[in-house]
Amino acid sequence: MRELYQRLQSLFVLGELTEQRANLFFITVEKDRLRPLITHLRDREGLRHLVLLTAVDWLEEGQFQLTYLLCDRLTRRDLGLRVMLDRANPVMESIHDLWPTAATYQRELREMFGIDFPGSPRLDEEFILEGWNTTPPYRRDFDTLEYARSQYAERAGRETRDPETHMRAQLYPESN
Amino acid sequence: MAYQPDRSQYPQPGPDGKLDIDLTSGKYLKLWQGPNHPGITGNMSVELTVCGDEVVEGKTHVGYLHRGFEKLMERRTFIQCFPIVCRICVPEPDFNEYCYAAAVEELAGIEIPEQARWIRTLILEMGRINSYLMYLGGQAGALGQGVIGQWTTYVRDLMLDRFEEMTGARIYHMFILPGGVRDTLPEGFDGRMEETLQELESTLADVDKVMFHNAVFKKRTIGVGYVDPSLIDQYGITGPVARAMGFPRDVRKDDPYLVYPELDFEPVVGKDSDIYARADVRRRDLLMSVDLIRQILAKMPRTGPVMAPLPNVLHWKIPRGETYIRGECSRGEYGFYLVTDGSGYPRRVNVRGPSYTHAMALLERLIVNCNISDVAALLVSLHTYPPEIER
Repeated sequence: MRELYQRLQSLFVLGELTEQRANLFFITVEKDRLRPLITHLRDREGLRHLVLLTAVDWLEEGQFQLTYLLCDRLTRRDLGLRVMLDRANPVMESIHDLWPTAATYQRELREMFGIDFPGSPRLDEEFILEGWNTTPPYRRDFDTLEYARSQYAERAGRETRDPETHMRAQLYPESN
Repeated sequence: MAYQPDRSQYPQPGPDGKLDIDLTSGKYLKLWQGPNHPGITGNMSVELTVCGDEVVEGKTHVGYLHRGFEKLMERRTFIQCFPIVCRICVPEPDFNEYCYAAAVEELAGIEIPEQARWIRTLILEMGRINSYLMYLGGQAGALGQGVIGQWTTYVRDLMLDRFEEMTGARIYHMFILPGGVRDTLPEGFDGRMEETLQELESTLADVDKVMFHNAVFKKRTIGVGYVDPSLIDQYGITGPVARAMGFPRDVRKDDPYLVYPELDFEPVVGKDSDIYARADVRRRDLLMSVDLIRQILAKMPRTGPVMAPLPNVLHWKIPRGETYIRGECSRGEYGFYLVTDGSGYPRRVNVRGPSYTHAMALLERLIVNCNISDVAALLVSLHTYPPEIER
């Protein structure tokens, strides 16, 4: 994996390297440099299996992290490419022409994180959600509890108690 | 003179390569297979456009089972996530437990005891058998052989008994947790497991005769649902679907984990890449799991701890990092991508199930030009579980 990294370094501008395991590295790359790099890895370095494509929301830093995990099944090595996107304008180039299956991942990321991949097939078709018109639900600033409260009514007759106060009253009634 | 089918009534590709389907022409019919349909695997549906009895377009629809596990886990401590991960895949839940636990252990720097590694492998193989048994029943059922499902359900029930005595639960075992496993094997377990395995082998011999040597089953599956081996990387194909193409791809061998390096086995491969080949690969893989369980029980240590010491799990913080852990489940590569940020909660958990690629992009491609009566068999032959698509 070290040799691969050195070879790539001579060809591409690479960012931070994380060596998670002997056969699993993560490299940060600039948004505009992903496509030539990922094409090179697929066509020249044998990392032909797109394991997954997903996003991480770093809300505090105002960024989304896209992770493209590639695998070379013959030499048993994995390489994760991290691309940081501006959270205010999350747009990324589509790779569905390199891996047709990437279109599914991109469709999900569009729906769940609101990340746009212009040109990706069926991007605006609903994938998992139906009629969703608020903050994309996998963003960190989407509050599931608040959403549930605004969408659904409380069950009639339901009482909510603070567990600590309730248990103290049950166990030590004399202390009240 | 060779028969030349008349294709003039079928849609022709337009300038962009897509089929020109005019739904108002009266030649096409929209048909939904699922979500409630005997020819669908679980809670998903396929929106078919048919021309005569031939499918010209198919779109997979999921979302009927979305519970937002990945989001829920961001609000739970690491130990609170453990009981919910198994629910991501109902018929084979143990892979979620293993992948999650192994990812947490790697990022937290925990080494699990030797006996726990063997018990984890045993559980994963038992889960694989259960999953394959459900598959065999489903595959035969999709072609009208209902009795196979009844036989395989019977032996699956025996295996669930073994799970119950070992873990206390039949479906969601919640046995593999970060740090190890919950308990050792119960007394007399080996003997009862051997009886179950013998019953399983006996039933499978019947299944072999009645299903795999059945003329109707062969006629309906050989040469049907062919997956071109050149699609393997484009569509992220793994597991028995890849092995039925002739590629010996098996994470247990390619990227060994737990005690697989100490077990003697070779990946089962086929060559024809059709529905029959995939079913046969799974049947032989099932028998290999039986052998692996015997090897595990013969070789595993019976003393020593099964849990590594953990910090106070209520205040357990894991340093910032990210990792990916994979395993070979009955459907292919199953993996967990875990990102931590130094807090007591996961920053992000992403579940990579093999159905995600098989049931979406691959199925939508394979289903075109498929006869409508073969759709169910094709779908089942990809062995898809919708919960792992929508998590």
